[in-house]
Amino acid sequence: MAQQGDAMTIPADRRYSETHEWFLVEGEVVTIGLTQHAADELTDITFVELPDEGAEFGVGDAIGEIESVKATSELFTAVAGTVVEVNTALADHPELVNDDAYDEGWLLRLKVDSAASLGSLMKSKEYGNFIGSQ
Amino acid sequence: MTDTTILQKTPLHDAHVDFGGRMVDFSGWSLPISFAGITEEHRHTRNACSVFDVSHMGRLVLTGEDCESFLNRICTRNLMEAEVGRSYYSHICREDGGILDDVIVSRFEDRWGVVCNGANRQKIVGWLDQHREGTDVLLRDETTSTAMVAVQGPKTMELAAEITGQDLASMKRYRHVSYEFMGMKVTVYRCGYTGEDGVEVVIPAGIVKLLLPRLLGNPKKPHPIIKPAGLGARDTLRIEAAMPLYGHELSEDVDPLSAGQAWCVDLNKEFLGADAMRKKKAEGLLKQMTGLELDGRRIARQHQRVFVGANDVGEITSGTLSPTIGKSIAMAFVDVSCREEGTFVEVEISGKRVGARVVKMPFYTKPK
Repeated sequence: MAQQGDAMTIPADRRYSETHEWFLVEGEVVTIGLTQHAADELTDITFVELPDEGAEFGVGDAIGEIESVKATSELFTAVAGTVVEVNTALADHPELVNDDAYDEGWLLRLKVDSAASLGSLMKSKEYGNFIGSQ
Repeated sequence: MTDTTILQKTPLHDAHVDFGGRMVDFSGWSLPISFAGITEEHRHTRNACSVFDVSHMGRLVLTGEDCESFLNRICTRNLMEAEVGRSYYSHICREDGGILDDVIVSRFEDRWGVVCNGANRQKIVGWLDQHREGTDVLLRDETTSTAMVAVQGPKTMELAAEITGQDLASMKRYRHVSYEFMGMKVTVYRCGYTGEDGVEVVIPAGIVKLLLPRLLGNPKKPHPIIKPAGLGARDTLRIEAAMPLYGHELSEDVDPLSAGQAWCVDLNKEFLGADAMRKKKAEGLLKQMTGLELDGRRIARQHQRVFVGANDVGEITSGTLSPTIGKSIAMAFVDVSCREEGTFVEVEISGKRVGARVVKMPFYTKPK
């Protein structure tokens, strides 16, 4: 029931991982966030641990942790790059991830040499089916 | 859902779904973890009135001549002078003092009631069966033929009187009263697990659909004050009130004294586990339940380690980011030498040490 609502509002402009991160490519910068479905499943988010600017990550690396009243989960990147910006608003307002996971609740931005590794990730419709089948 | 486990449904199940409850598997029962959001439901309970479905909890009825002496031997609490109309929090322990469950024992004119944890119901039924042999005690399990809802929050007593037409405000805490409602027997207990005033109501499963709209309204026209709340808020509320939860603060590996529940143990009477507890008390407790307040916003989780310098002094049993106090709070089972208020300790969270201080429990007390 809630999943249909989610599926209808999954933005078509980005790619989705099986670990529920989204990746939005704009030139050589990739913005990473958590999907609304994952934020809903986690319930009230209370803390987001993000890396420092300048930190470098490879494909599949853990880039941080997200914590809710219910549980703590790791965040992963599906693209290699260097952190150019983190969402500092989340330090005082981690609930932004619950309220607006696809926009104001973004997590961090990576500068990438190539976004090719994102080609194998799910598109919005596929991700909608993926969470519907879980 | 690919999960093929068939979950038990409470008589309130369909109402939870209608009200938009996020349903989860809670020890074999399909129950709502939240509706409007855990923090919002938590605050609403502290400020107004929330309804929690606790029908998964075991409801056992005992009858027969020997109930009083039997329960007094099973329970840590002294029940020999238990009064009709009163309820008593108690532990049920093994001979070695390990806690099998924490329960509410109630005395009625013609019977006794035991409310136990849902996940422990089979174990407790088995334990009672094993020990009632040769006594005049009959045991009946009314869990699935009834529903149980907790109505909690400062506005509860006023609203409950309005809905039931009964004078409930004159009933003191840990008292219960039964009356006829729509031709069926309803029992109201002035108890709870949130640190707020409120009641827990046991009703026949068959009248849930008639009674529930009076409490909650319907999803299109919800009650203006009374709102549904889920297991998530129930947990954060009980942590603020420092109430123990079986599987966290209480288990077969811990005794009631170490769990900080000595108040419900009478070592001057004979009961299962009494000898082991007297011995523990004489030798001195090694670890005890302790309240912690952590720096920052991170939540300490069960089994995370607690340190003083290089020494591992214990482990976390429950933690949350307290919506009322705005701080990260936790209960931990730590060495008795580190329990003095203000003691600085560290909790290891995801490989990092987070500073914390020993504080008094409960973390929250309702305003007088």
